Amino acid sequence: MLPMPEPTAVHPDDMGYVPHAAGFVANEGPKLVSGRFPYEDSYTLECALATGAYTGLRAALGRTPDDVHTEVRDATLLGRAGAGFPAGVKWGFCPEGVWPRYLVANGDESEPGTYKDRLLMERDPHQLIEGCLIACYALGLSQCFLYVRGEMALAQERLAAALNDAYAAGYVGRNICDTDFSVDITLHWGAGAYIVGEETALIESLEGNRGVPRLKPPYFPAVIGLYGKPTIVNNVETLANLPWILEHGAVAYRGFGSEASPGTRLFAVSGHVVRPGVYEVEQGVTTYRDLIYGLNFCRGIRDGNDLKAFIPGGASAPWFFEEQLDLPLEARDVGAAGSMLGSGAIVVMDHTTDVVKACLRVVRFFARESCGKCSPCREGTSWEEKILERILDGHGRPSDLDLLLDIGDNISPGPYPVAAHGAAALDAVPFPPHQTTICPLGPSSVAPITSALRRFRSEFEAKITRRDGIPVQSAPVADGAPA
Amino acid sequence: MSYFTEANARTAAEVIARYPRPRSAVIPLLHLAQEQEGWVTRDAMVEIADLTGITPAEVLGTGSFYEMFRFHPVGRYLVNVCTNISCQLLGGEELLHHVEESLGVHAGGTTDDGMFTVEEVECVTACTEAPCFTVNYRYFHRADSDTFDAVVADLYAGRSPLARGAQGDHGNLPAHGTLGRLRQHIPDDRRAGVVPPEEAGEEPVWLRTTPATAPSAATSTTHAPDA
Repeated sequence: MLPMPEPTAVHPDDMGYVPHAAGFVANEGPKLVSGRFPYEDSYTLECALATGAYTGLRAALGRTPDDVHTEVRDATLLGRAGAGFPAGVKWGFCPEGVWPRYLVANGDESEPGTYKDRLLMERDPHQLIEGCLIACYALGLSQCFLYVRGEMALAQERLAAALNDAYAAGYVGRNICDTDFSVDITLHWGAGAYIVGEETALIESLEGNRGVPRLKPPYFPAVIGLYGKPTIVNNVETLANLPWILEHGAVAYRGFGSEASPGTRLFAVSGHVVRPGVYEVEQGVTTYRDLIYGLNFCRGIRDGNDLKAFIPGGASAPWFFEEQLDLPLEARDVGAAGSMLGSGAIVVMDHTTDVVKACLRVVRFFARESCGKCSPCREGTSWEEKILERILDGHGRPSDLDLLLDIGDNISPGPYPVAAHGAAALDAVPFPPHQTTICPLGPSSVAPITSALRRFRSEFEAKITRRDGIPVQSAPVADGAPA
Repeated sequence: MSYFTEANARTAAEVIARYPRPRSAVIPLLHLAQEQEGWVTRDAMVEIADLTGITPAEVLGTGSFYEMFRFHPVGRYLVNVCTNISCQLLGGEELLHHVEESLGVHAGGTTDDGMFTVEEVECVTACTEAPCFTVNYRYFHRADSDTFDAVVADLYAGRSPLARGAQGDHGNLPAHGTLGRLRQHIPDDRRAGVVPPEEAGEEPVWLRTTPATAPSAATSTTHAPDA
C-alpha cells in the first residue's frame, strides 16, 4: 500500500469560519464528528484514510457484533434527529430471529433552523459510510439505504463518489476488509417533503409510496419497518458518531458532555447573532447563554440588540426567552423546562423582530408540509396560517386569539379553554404535546403560537386593534375612533 | 419505443437492481426522467410504471406528493428562494421580492424566455448562511440582490455561476433536472447483493462466525440463502 499523503488543514478565517465548509466555525473544544472539516479535500477517500477513517470499522470487525452493540449502548449515544432516543436501546428493539433486517440512514434534514446533516454528508461522507457499516455489522443488517434529501445535490454527488471509492477500496460491498462481513449501501434520494424525515414516512417513501407516516403501533420500525421487516432508522449525525465511539471506546465518549447526554453535538445557530454558524459543542456543560453570547461561539446579538426570543431546538420546539438562557444544552434539562433540544437548531430573534410575522412563518411551514393524512393537522394548520395572516394584514378579529388556541387544542389537546383566561394558563400547555394525529407535525405547529401568545399577546392584540399604525386596506381610522 | 435514452435505460436498470423491490426505484427514476427532459412527461410515467411493475396512476400518485417533481415544463433554471424563519429574519422575503421584480414573474411563474422559474420554498438547510437561494439546487449563501443579479448575468452570458456559490461546489451548473452530476455505481465483483424481504433467510454469516473472520470458501457469497 502506498503511503498516504498528509492532508493539509486549512486555517479558519478571522471569524473562525472554515473557508470551504460553509457556516462551520472551528471553535475551541473537542471535535468528535467535525474533526475532518478543516481539510479542504475532507470528502475524498485519500484524505479520510490519512486522517484515520475506517479505523473504527476495523476495530468493530475485530470484536463480536454483540460487543459492538454493547459498546454503543454503554456510550449512551442519543439520537440526533430530534427525539433524542438512545440509539443503543433503539437497536435492541429488533425482534429475535426475524431476517433480513435493514438500515436506513436518515439524511432528510429539513427542519427549519437545522443545518448539520448536510455538512456531515458534504464534508465527511466516509465518516457516515463507516458509521452505517458499524451499525450493519453490530445488528446483522443486510442492506443499508442512505436516504439523502432531494434538494442536496452536492451531498448526493459527494456521497456517490465516496461510495464508489469505498466499494473499489474494499470498504463496502462483498467481504468488507477481507472478512465475511458483506453489505451493500444504496444511495437513495428524496424529492422534497419535510414529513419524510419522520421515520415511518421515510420508509413509505423508500418503498416508492407517498411519504405519509404509518399508523402506530408498532411505534418503532425496528419491529416492522421497510418491506415489513425489522428496520433501524438512524439520523446521519447519530451514525457519524459511531466511528469515534468504536475507535476510542464508550468510556472515552462518556468523558465528554454530561452523564445523561454524553458526547458532543453540532448546533446550528442562526438569526440575529454576530457570528451565526455550526458549532460542535460539548453537551450539558455549555449553556444557551454561552452559545449565544460566548466569544468562542456566536459573540452576542447583532448591533448590541436585546434578545426577544429564541427557538431552542428547531421549528417544532416551543420558544425560549431570556430567563431560559442559563439552561445547559442538554436534552433532559431543556425538556424539563418545557421545550426540546430537538435537532440542534437555535434561531435567535432580537428585539426588532415582529413576532406575529415570525410566528406566521413557522406555522406556514407546517401548513405547507402537512401530508394531509390526519384531518386535525391538514385542516388545523392551514386555518392557523389563515388566521395569523389576517391578523398580520390588519383584518384580525378580537376572537381570533382564542380561536387559534382552540384550533391548537384540536391538534394537540391542552391549552383550551383554560388558556382563554389569561397568559398564566398557557403555562399549563403540556410538553411533550398530546396529539390527535399520527405524527408530531401537527402539534409542532401549535408550539410557536402558544409560545408567542404566552409572552407577546399584546403584540397580537395591537395588530388586531390597529393601535400601532398597522396599514389596513380599509379606510383610515379617524383619530380618537374606538379601537 | 422506450422513453429513456439508451444510456438512461441502462442507468434505470442499474438503479432498479439496487433495491429488493422495484417499486422503491420510483423516486430515483422520476428524477432520471426529469433529468432527461427537465420535467416529468406522461410517457415517462408510463415507462416507469412498466419498469417497476406498477400502474402509471400509481407513479403519478407517488410523484405528485413530492414538490421537486414537475409535471409541466419549467424554466431551464429553477430559482428557489428560502423565506423560512432564519432567512426571513435576515431578509429572505426582501430577496424574493427582488427576484420577482427583476425577473418580472411572481413566485411559481416562469420567464417568457423559458430561462427561469421562481419558487418561494421552505427551509433548504443553510440556516446559518441566511438569506439563501438555490439555482437548480446549487446553493448561494448569504445572498443579497447583487448576488442574484450577478448569477442571472452569468447564466445569460453562458457562464457557470457556481464560483459565486457555496464554497466547494464547482464546475458547470446543469439544466433543471440534474441533481448529483455523478452516480453511484456498484461493480459486479464487489456487490454484496440485495436481500429481498421475501427470503425468510437466516441471520447473516458474520453473526454466526464471530468476530468477523476471513471468508471461507463456503461463506463467500454472503447472502445466498442456505437451501
